Amino acid sequence: MEEQKAMSLVITLQKKSTSLRGRRRIGKTIIQGLLFFSGFVSIFTTIGIVYELGKEALLFFQMPEVSILESMTNTAWQPHTGNFGIWPLVTSTLMTTLIAMSIAIPLGLAVAIYLSEYATPRARNILKPILEVLAGVPTIVYGYFALMFMTPLLRSIFGKDVVEIYNTASAGLVMGILILPLITSMTEDALSAVPRSLREAAYGMGGTRLEVALQIVLPAALSGIAAAIIIGISRAIGETMIVAVAAGAGPKFTLNPFQGAETITGHIVRISGGDLSYDSIDYNSIFALGLLLFLITLTLNIVSQRIVRRFREVYE
Amino acid sequence: MKEKLVNPNYNVNIEGRNRSGSVWRWIFQLSTIIGIIALTALLLNISNSAFGYAALEAKIDPATLTVDGVVLEDQNKEQLIELLKSKISSGAYKKLEKDQPFAERSRANVHQLVLERIVKYEVDQSWSLWESLTRANEIKKEVAENYPAAKLEFISWFTSDFVSRPQSSEALTAGVRTAILGSLWTILFTILLAFPLGVGAAIYLEEYATDNWLNRTIRTNINNLAGVPSIVYGILGLAIFVRTLEPLTSGAIFGLVDPTTANGRTVLAAGLTLGLLVLPIIIINAQEAIRAVPQSLRKASYGLGATKWQTVWSHVLPNAMPGILTGTILAISRAIGETAPLVVVGASTAISFDPASPFSKFTTLPIQIYQWTSRPQDEFRSLAAAAILVLLIILLSLNASAIVLCNRFSRKY
Repeated sequence: MEEQKAMSLVITLQKKSTSLRGRRRIGKTIIQGLLFFSGFVSIFTTIGIVYELGKEALLFFQMPEVSILESMTNTAWQPHTGNFGIWPLVTSTLMTTLIAMSIAIPLGLAVAIYLSEYATPRARNILKPILEVLAGVPTIVYGYFALMFMTPLLRSIFGKDVVEIYNTASAGLVMGILILPLITSMTEDALSAVPRSLREAAYGMGGTRLEVALQIVLPAALSGIAAAIIIGISRAIGETMIVAVAAGAGPKFTLNPFQGAETITGHIVRISGGDLSYDSIDYNSIFALGLLLFLITLTLNIVSQRIVRRFREVYE
Repeated sequence: MKEKLVNPNYNVNIEGRNRSGSVWRWIFQLSTIIGIIALTALLLNISNSAFGYAALEAKIDPATLTVDGVVLEDQNKEQLIELLKSKISSGAYKKLEKDQPFAERSRANVHQLVLERIVKYEVDQSWSLWESLTRANEIKKEVAENYPAAKLEFISWFTSDFVSRPQSSEALTAGVRTAILGSLWTILFTILLAFPLGVGAAIYLEEYATDNWLNRTIRTNINNLAGVPSIVYGILGLAIFVRTLEPLTSGAIFGLVDPTTANGRTVLAAGLTLGLLVLPIIIINAQEAIRAVPQSLRKASYGLGATKWQTVWSHVLPNAMPGILTGTILAISRAIGETAPLVVVGASTAISFDPASPFSKFTTLPIQIYQWTSRPQDEFRSLAAAAILVLLIILLSLNASAIVLCNRFSRKY
């Protein structure tokens, strides 16, 4: 009896194990398929962007009023009179970006060096969350800030007849504040990745704190800093709400930062604000502008990734 | 020998070097302080506009509404209801009764209705908090001169009423309930799309994907998508969700077309657009969380005979969940603050009814702020400031919960 019981137990165990080994798992295939699909959605998104934007942009350039050559040379963007020169939008975009970066790069680097090389751990623990709050504020709030604080400030400094109510300077300056935490955090990451031994060696040679920071740590982290700056530029070019609120409506070919001028993003927002009818010239033009924006920012992002990969100093 | 060891330049320079060191240190500190000043200025600027004096002018002087010698402020509920009955059309009265029977309404509520429907205050001019505090007397004089019929009142635009009232074209009675509900509906669909897809993609990339050409492309692609400007997603959403998938996003294939929306510019389309926008953020954060789960846990699970999926489902995911949720909350707060893509997708400019289904027209809190900011009148700027306070409080509490989640549930190995 005992033996029989034991035998049957062994047999059932064997059966179980063979059934385990042999069972076909359809579930497994389904799950893996679903997971792969989720991973692939991002590819669909990119294809979607390129396809949809490319398709409508192509329709835009096929319209009788538009020619690529003309839009490269014309300095007026007035869809209603058949002028589709891209320059007014591009120059104002470049201007806001330039103003923003002239604030964000020096300040961002200085703050990052302070946080990484000078600040005590306690100060860092207080300051970093504050910068993160600055980074988490929605851009529309910065737009409000530009219009209600920066513009009145500029007008009281430079005079009301010099500075228009809507101007690219205030939008650019506030955009600089928006991008500051981005550059700071990326730069600080790059600086703190530089190994301690380099600093100690430099101190051992009699370097002051400043010399160590600027001549040893900064060059070693240069690739990360360059990447941070490029990402910052890409962010500034794509930034929308600040310029939509504060930089003014209506494309204008001007290099005066105290005048209103519409950027690429600002134009897209204003045009699509109303009910846009499909296949109108305005509808197609926002796709052409969107494609331009996508290509510029994509190139900048890829360049920044390349820089990090190629020029990164690898320490053990 | 001794002279060789001491570099003659060394001692000469050291003072100068230290001086430039301290100057630069001061510059670095100053930059940090400028950053903090910017944040403070931002917050002060907003609070400054959200409160302050306003000169209110009534269409009908409340003094003329005195009944039996009792002034409006002291009348009881019955007297107020009588007043309402006599002054507004019976149709409007019936509509109010239908919304909520007068028997159930509080005195404060009826008093509010009298003010809104009969007295109809309008803002002549408004002042910021700073002006109200520093130049109160001058403001009083100005009002007495310029608006003799107006009364000066200190108004807090940011109140609990402001949060619970629907949108309105009148600054004094406008609220953000419609916009908050719109934001919530939109975010619901954002989460429904982005959370499963994002976590799924992260599991695939971290646990299943081998290092081949395709998977490397997916990885690079996700990083690139994270850097695409949000407005480009708006254009994509307009082309795909609003136009191509209009039967779905307008609810036509379910036979649920909302009569107020003739096209695909709905809550659903907006939510899906934002879903695509935050997808890369969720994937990247979830990948990091999954990567942080120690390999020993997986090995132990395999050792006990678990399959790959059982290991992922019962061990990797539960351990990575705090990190995944933290990343998701951060992504959601990004989505809540997004304005540009929703303008392009087609947020409605003025709707005063709450969104009731996925196929309703929508407006969201940032869109509302954008519209109020774009209006030239001061009182709407004040409304925008109050709405910004609501938005910032929502975002702050979301971020705080992310931090709590991260600290409480994350385990160290």
